[in-house]
Amino acid sequence: MNFEPTEEQQLIVKTAREFAMGTLAPRAAERDLQGWFPASELRQLGQLGLLGVNVPDELGGAQAGAVAYSLSLTEIAAADASVAVAMAVTNMVAELIVAFGSDEQKRTYVPMLCSGEAVCGAFALSEPQSGSDAAGMRTIATETQDGYRIDGSKLWITSGDRARVLIVWARTDGGAGLRAGGKAASGISAFIVPGDTPGLSAGKPEHKLGLHGSTTVPLTFDGCVVPTSALLGRVGDGFKLAMAALDGGRIGIASQAVGVARAALSAATTYAKERKQFGQALANFQAIQNMLADAATQLDAARLLTLRAAYLKQEGQPYSAKAAMAKLYASEMAGRVCDMALQVHGGYGYTHEFPVERYLRDARVQRIYEGTSEIQRIVIARSLLKEFVDHV
Amino acid sequence: MDLQLTDEQQMAQKVAAEFAKNEVLPKAAEIDHNHRHPRELVARMGELGFMGIAIPEQYGGAGLDTVSYVLVLEEISRACASTGVILSVNNSLVCDPIYKFGNEEQKQKWLTPLAQGRLLGCFALSEPEAGSDAAAQKTIARPAKGPSGEDGFVINGVKNWITNGPVADVCVLFCMADPPGRDSGHKAITSFILPMNTPGVRTGPPDKKLGIRGSQSCQIFLDDVFLPKSLLLGEVGQGFKVAMATLDGGRIGIAAQALGIGRAAYEDAGRYALERKTFGQPIANHQSIQWKLADMATEIDAARLLTLRAATQKDRGVRHSKESAMAKLFASEVANRAAKEGVQIFGGNGFVEDFPAERHYRDAKITEIYEGTSEIQRLVIASAILKE
Repeated sequence: MNFEPTEEQQLIVKTAREFAMGTLAPRAAERDLQGWFPASELRQLGQLGLLGVNVPDELGGAQAGAVAYSLSLTEIAAADASVAVAMAVTNMVAELIVAFGSDEQKRTYVPMLCSGEAVCGAFALSEPQSGSDAAGMRTIATETQDGYRIDGSKLWITSGDRARVLIVWARTDGGAGLRAGGKAASGISAFIVPGDTPGLSAGKPEHKLGLHGSTTVPLTFDGCVVPTSALLGRVGDGFKLAMAALDGGRIGIASQAVGVARAALSAATTYAKERKQFGQALANFQAIQNMLADAATQLDAARLLTLRAAYLKQEGQPYSAKAAMAKLYASEMAGRVCDMALQVHGGYGYTHEFPVERYLRDARVQRIYEGTSEIQRIVIARSLLKEFVDHV
Repeated sequence: MDLQLTDEQQMAQKVAAEFAKNEVLPKAAEIDHNHRHPRELVARMGELGFMGIAIPEQYGGAGLDTVSYVLVLEEISRACASTGVILSVNNSLVCDPIYKFGNEEQKQKWLTPLAQGRLLGCFALSEPEAGSDAAAQKTIARPAKGPSGEDGFVINGVKNWITNGPVADVCVLFCMADPPGRDSGHKAITSFILPMNTPGVRTGPPDKKLGIRGSQSCQIFLDDVFLPKSLLLGEVGQGFKVAMATLDGGRIGIAAQALGIGRAAYEDAGRYALERKTFGQPIANHQSIQWKLADMATEIDAARLLTLRAATQKDRGVRHSKESAMAKLFASEVANRAAKEGVQIFGGNGFVEDFPAERHYRDAKITEIYEGTSEIQRLVIASAILKE
């Protein structure tokens, strides 16, 4: 047993860290303030292999595994959580196509996602009336002579206005499952939809608490026609695909949370050493030391849970509940640690002069997207109760 | 990164789990109720190689590693936290320092029977007026000649909270050498191997405690106790180093013990939740109960990973003060939260001795106090991260 990254993993972490510190960090505050989408930064991530970290080499990926993905995403998130979320979704979309796509779909879409030619990927699952309850979606894909016509709307789609490759979930049961009262998961299918498909339009980006460098948009599908070859996996497999993607996606969000919290703790530690009150550095006061010690401990706990989930995924072992644990714990931890970091900074922490208020704003959504903390607990409880039943 | 356990580690875990389930668990409530030192279980743990798990076979140990130690201790503590701490003290606080700081003769004479479980050890650092602040201790060791003219020390003082004290054969003892160091008391601290049958050594009555009632602790009174130089552990003035290095390992042990208690609270509550019905269905179907179980399971997993990480660092010979402190701090707090929620899930049944939940709740508390309180762990962690 050994928790140290391999040399290969260290190498990709180093690449990610150098890019994060050298290129992303210096302008992260400006991107946040101006709401600039990181288009050129994403292109550079593609060049560094960071948009397909766990994607096979022959499809343009870095083929470095799920652990390297988690570690490198943490590095990016420590500099800019907005860039990290676009990176996370792109990796997730690429991995999903690798796992379930046809050879043609893989060849067509995966290399352009990994290189950054697609700008980024998007994952269109949520709707105005269906968030945690994904099976309750209303967007309909009606079979036509040579494909499907998609009608409906999606909400909270990260990079939905920028992505050139989107995965879109829609009902292929004509809405029968909805009328059946919720047990509707088998009526859902997934489609690969290029961003410029006629009938697909993105609405106005949301004004959000954090992640200002990431766009979040509603999508409207109005007679959006795609060929049969756009179907990802089989008809009716959509819900299964979404859940599989989210298992991996949760490792991504956990890694992002670890990165943001690490940056916050590092800022708080630095500030505590510099700032003097009552004739000595804040770091000399036990009250501050306790805050830093708890944050560092919880950060390490989150990091280890996240790496464990990534490791299990990489080894091909079941990891769904472990990813939920990582995502739940890491996101809750990030909220606490960023709040602590702001507190250590006092009034300065509340201003744009220091990065901690951005960290706090950016961390908040981690407890919501890709499955709220409440959904993670349901996933964990289901799994553990099954274990108890199996062992009684 | 490789999170797989080796065959040897899995084997140790399996043997411990079976022993814990079949031999320890059936007695845990009785041991607690009667405040009884489980002598027969300690003897069995000696036979199984658990009393010196990470000590090389040449000195009577099992020749395994710290990861195996954590796995074994978690299993034993899951069944009975008192039995767990008896094992932890012997391994971490007695065998470990003698192996690390003792000379060859001391290892042959003392370590071997301790690791084999033929002798039981205790560790005496705390005093009535010196707990977290170890350098405030008042037990004094003065150079003196023994009855047959040999060089040695005469020791006077009182030690407090000595786990295994009433039943131990050997003690790793800390004193201030006289004269003490001028600037900092740390430089005077000196450690000895004290045979408990040495004239002048007297143990007080066992402490009456909230929890871990099967683990006996007491005061040790030292009145003109003469120890020959050959029982000096390390050098005069090296005691603080011995104590701190030992506690870095000891904290991994307490983290593993806490992990076992937390797991017991969680597993017992989970099984109960599937059986107990309210409003026409098992309480495990209610989200309020599911939430508690999900949080307990998540935190226990995190605590285990922190503990195993510290153990792997100790095994690799890497400095692990911060990691051990994190493991101990986190695991002990997790055990307390889990035990508290465990009682809550059991409801009224959680408040009575007929169910194990209240025992876990009482047993968990000590893990936040001994081998460095949570407050001391935070100081250790903060000082490490402020240096980084």
